[in-house]
Amino acid sequence: MATEKRAHFPAGWLPYALVAPQLAVTLVFFIWPAAQAIWQSLLVQDAFGINVRFVGLLNFRELFADPAYLESFQVTAIFSVLVTLSALLVSLLLAGCCDYVVRGARGYQVLLIWPYAVAPAVAAVLWTFIFNPSVGLVTYALRTAFGYDWNHMLYSGQAMTLIVIASAWKQISYNFLFFLAGMQAIPKSLLEGAAIDGAGPLRRFVTIVLPLISPTTFFLLVVNTVYAFFDTFGVVDASTHGGPVRSTEILVYKVYQDGFKAGDLGGSAAQSVVLMVIVIGLTIVQFRYIERRVQYT
Amino acid sequence: MIEHRPGLKIFCHVALLLGVATVAFPLWVAFVASTHTADRMLEIPLPLWPGTHLLDNYRTVLTQGVQGASTAPVGRMMLNSLVMALSISIGKIVISLLSAFAIVYFRFPLRMFFFWMIFITLMLPVEVRIFPTYKVVADLGMIDTYAGLTLPLIASATATFLFRQFFLTVPDELMEAARMDGAGPLRFLWDIVVPLSRTNIAALFVILFIYGWNQYLWPLLVTTQESMYTAVIGIKRMIPGGDAAVDWNLVMAAAMLAMLPPALVVVAMQELFVKGLVETEK
Repeated sequence: MATEKRAHFPAGWLPYALVAPQLAVTLVFFIWPAAQAIWQSLLVQDAFGINVRFVGLLNFRELFADPAYLESFQVTAIFSVLVTLSALLVSLLLAGCCDYVVRGARGYQVLLIWPYAVAPAVAAVLWTFIFNPSVGLVTYALRTAFGYDWNHMLYSGQAMTLIVIASAWKQISYNFLFFLAGMQAIPKSLLEGAAIDGAGPLRRFVTIVLPLISPTTFFLLVVNTVYAFFDTFGVVDASTHGGPVRSTEILVYKVYQDGFKAGDLGGSAAQSVVLMVIVIGLTIVQFRYIERRVQYT
Repeated sequence: MIEHRPGLKIFCHVALLLGVATVAFPLWVAFVASTHTADRMLEIPLPLWPGTHLLDNYRTVLTQGVQGASTAPVGRMMLNSLVMALSISIGKIVISLLSAFAIVYFRFPLRMFFFWMIFITLMLPVEVRIFPTYKVVADLGMIDTYAGLTLPLIASATATFLFRQFFLTVPDELMEAARMDGAGPLRFLWDIVVPLSRTNIAALFVILFIYGWNQYLWPLLVTTQESMYTAVIGIKRMIPGGDAAVDWNLVMAAAMLAMLPPALVVVAMQELFVKGLVETEK
């Protein structure tokens, strides 16, 4: 596809006026604050905000020497791997089934995609209610059926499970749609040919469908990681508040806690910069993949 | 489709039904809870079947909010959410349409520089620039205003790219013909480009409306008065920490109401929603 037009309107002041609103918002609310974050990450402020000192990379050195921050990194890593894997596996299974049954596929699709519309924080409230230590339905079922004691306010493993369920639940609809679209784009003749050669449904799924949807899988892997890193603030804030004992304090939640609640601006800014580096890395990975996929088709 | 395997078909249907049930389970529990009295919600086990207080509960939360929790009536918060979702989606569409039009249909100094500047916003989600952005908004006196709620989220690299891609597929002949007929750029934009982009605009609108409605971190920072809370923030504020009693029936009624508009949009405009989702995949 062309990336430029052959003909153009004569330029005057008009194109500048047209891009002005977007640029104004970008400069004032994106680039300027991001530059501020970078600048502040190099400063140290005293408790009253009177003395400000340039300290170079000290904030970063302190950050990476801080066990609490490293722990938060670890929590985030475990959390995003669990969310991504469970959301991908469940939706892959559902999309595979939906692609296979043909009859009723549209109906299943409607019934599976609506959670996309639910805000992460609301999803967390719903699941917290279901797993509420005193009145929750699942808590009750676990206690009466298995004698299992559920209290995510006390047990860190359970708290992690809760936020993983709430986050993955919301993401299934998105993955399902993309997997299904990927599967439906596979030429039927390929699958029929394999069937004639004697390959059963499972064999076809593993040797034909999975490799052919691998670009979609990779794309979803990146998108889900971004989701787990950045869009799950609401889940944590509306359910576990990072507890118990920081066992669910993911990086975005820690930035908020340290900056807003604890008032450590330099440290919080340094954390922002680390997050920025992560987003940039993920975006680059995503774009490289897009380039490759363009050559595919 | 290929071979006859009733066993596998049945397995698939069972898996799908289980999936649908799991996905719908929280919704059902919330709905059931929203139809009972507060007292019933303290008895264990909780009900699995709707009760008789549906209208009472919804009327209470819509007009009064939840007792004891410091939140506005849900009706008011839904209005805030609606204003926010509409301003964000319409704002993003308008400014992205204009800037993409300028970048595609004009050749002017700094064009590529502007393009990259817009591109960079993709890498700066609110979460990584929370405090400086908050400070800018506070300095501009926009705390607790709709402008403060929406403006900082309104720049959109994704929408700009989407429109740029689309404009590049519009045949050049259309523009040449328009110029020959004496139409200026704005006339061409309004009479030809915008009508041609109708489906793209609609698909984008669906996605952005949901995005705007479901914002969490930003409204949490920028709203301090109860009357400015959005529905999503309000629900979280209804659940006090610790062991304080929660009126779960009312909280769940509020949650149902907060989910309703975006869910309706997804279900009613399914085709556009899927199109929008696939196209904004960046």
